[in-house]
Amino acid sequence: MLRDSDRIFTNLYGFEDVGLEGARARGDWDDTRALIAKGRDWIIDEVKNSGLRGRGGAGFGTGMKWSFMPKVSDGRPHYLVINADEGEPGTCKDREILRHEPHKLLEGALLAAVAMGASVSYIYIRGEFHRETEALRRAIGEAYEAGLIGKNACGSDWDFDIHLHVGAGAYICGEETALLESLEGRKGMPRLKPPFPANTGLYGCPTTVNNVESIAVAPAILRRGADWFAALGRSNNTGTKIFCISGHVNHPCTVEDEMSVPLRELIEKHAGGVRGGWDNLLAVIPGGSSVPLIPKSVCETVLMDFDSLREAQSGLGTGAVIVMDKSTDIVRVIARLSRFYMDESCGQCTPCREGTGWLWRMMERLVTGNIAVEEIDLLDEVSRQIEGHTICAHGDAAAWPVQGLIRHFRPELERRAAAFQARQADQAA
Amino acid sequence: MSAPNDASAQPRTFAFTPENAKKAEAAVAAYPKGRQASAVLALLDLAQRQNGGWLPRAAMDAVAGILDMPPMRVYEVATFYNMYNLKPVGRHHIQVCTNVSCWLRGSDDVLAACRNALGIDLGETSADGGFTLSETECLGACVNAPVMMIGGDYYEDLDVGTATAILAELKKGGTPRPGPQSDRRACEPAGGLTTLTGWSDGRGDKPGAS
Repeated sequence: MLRDSDRIFTNLYGFEDVGLEGARARGDWDDTRALIAKGRDWIIDEVKNSGLRGRGGAGFGTGMKWSFMPKVSDGRPHYLVINADEGEPGTCKDREILRHEPHKLLEGALLAAVAMGASVSYIYIRGEFHRETEALRRAIGEAYEAGLIGKNACGSDWDFDIHLHVGAGAYICGEETALLESLEGRKGMPRLKPPFPANTGLYGCPTTVNNVESIAVAPAILRRGADWFAALGRSNNTGTKIFCISGHVNHPCTVEDEMSVPLRELIEKHAGGVRGGWDNLLAVIPGGSSVPLIPKSVCETVLMDFDSLREAQSGLGTGAVIVMDKSTDIVRVIARLSRFYMDESCGQCTPCREGTGWLWRMMERLVTGNIAVEEIDLLDEVSRQIEGHTICAHGDAAAWPVQGLIRHFRPELERRAAAFQARQADQAA
Repeated sequence: MSAPNDASAQPRTFAFTPENAKKAEAAVAAYPKGRQASAVLALLDLAQRQNGGWLPRAAMDAVAGILDMPPMRVYEVATFYNMYNLKPVGRHHIQVCTNVSCWLRGSDDVLAACRNALGIDLGETSADGGFTLSETECLGACVNAPVMMIGGDYYEDLDVGTATAILAELKKGGTPRPGPQSDRRACEPAGGLTTLTGWSDGRGDKPGAS
């Protein structure tokens, strides 16, 4: 079990002072200047060696991402954009950083900005997070006043400004290029890649977009060393991770634990176990709504990390664990997610715009069983016509929950179809 | 996306108050010169707040003028994002999350409690203009489900009783306490802390412990 001394977010629950003084007492902003003085190459190498993979869902190496930024500016400014548009159903981890540990995010932003030669950062925070925005605004004010950011940040000779950009309710803006479009004052419609943001991002300038948690853990990595972080978890799945455990558990909660913790241990140790006991478990969506569900048999042994969950044909995603007990109408859950992805499709790509509605309409029929057994294959086929055929991953995210349902609960789907037909026959007789 | 414009309610003109005009200027200043369109989300939000919670077309035109954007580009933005209300809403906008984490923990019951308490259905506004009831997608507070948002505040760990009590308090003109309606302070496990209980492994005191 992860020791408290190895946890990064020691004020995750906001029990202590969230202001600058409290943050300093927890070790934030402790001689940040010395870390900056070690130079951008050192920062990038440490983050690379730590094995940190992006915490927003895709799991791309954070240090590697930073290294894609041009080493020398061609005259265009470089931008660091922080994605605080948290909205993946099941996910509420960045919220706790924003309201309870904002200084970890701000210090991480400065260090990341130095590493990529950026003098300006925009934090894109979802519009519904009013109180979190206020908390972050307060922290930014404190950091400016103390000279930690702004001109000559931390006495490092590096000028660094942070601006807040408040969203207005669009799930798709969590996709990095949609986020950039929104930041430029347009509808949040994802951009084609290439060109990649590291070359042509915000305002056509080199830009890196990182998740809140990825940035907020950077100061701890640089202070305690890449080796410390890399020693936690498993190879290729290192460090600590904030998990959110919601749904049918006795004590839903957000908690920081070691990467690669067994799913069962996570649920039983922190969330008080599955409602009605472990044997009452039906299935878990282990990484936010986009990833395919896993049935209880897989939950017995799977580890909460990128590779173990991928082997189980699911994903770590954001680390948001949605637990469903045996009372759950699993088909209705996935139908609800299908409606979500339909509602939130930006409408740009035909397979997603049309396909998400098609999936939802079929899923609604599946809830009542009003579907021919052969149509289950059609449903799967439709999902595969969406997956991989769109500009961004929204199409994949709409397809995967449906595929997971068919993969693991086909007998239940066929049972519903048969029961519906039997009812129809009874009524006709 | 909000419903289409209600033409009868549309004011002919809109202008920012001097105070809000200053806030708009400050919002524009966060972006590089020539990139003032970036402030469109902020200015539409400001206009909506000034206008009692909804965004008339005159306000979109005013924002387009300030930011030197074609009005159509502003309409596109105003209709794309869910948080802009294109028709009048009640003084209290009750937004109940019905996504999966909330649904698993009883958001149907919470929604029913709101319907009963307010006497209105989803998308409706009460006759006295006091309340509008909406369904919303994931609010990002899933371990505190079920959740509803009223104004800028989240009300968490809801059940039928607490949701009903919150609405009753609002009807009386009171200010119900936001946050978890259980005895939790935030997102910690209700059964007692499982982490951050102190530095028991010999490394001294927990940083920041008082």
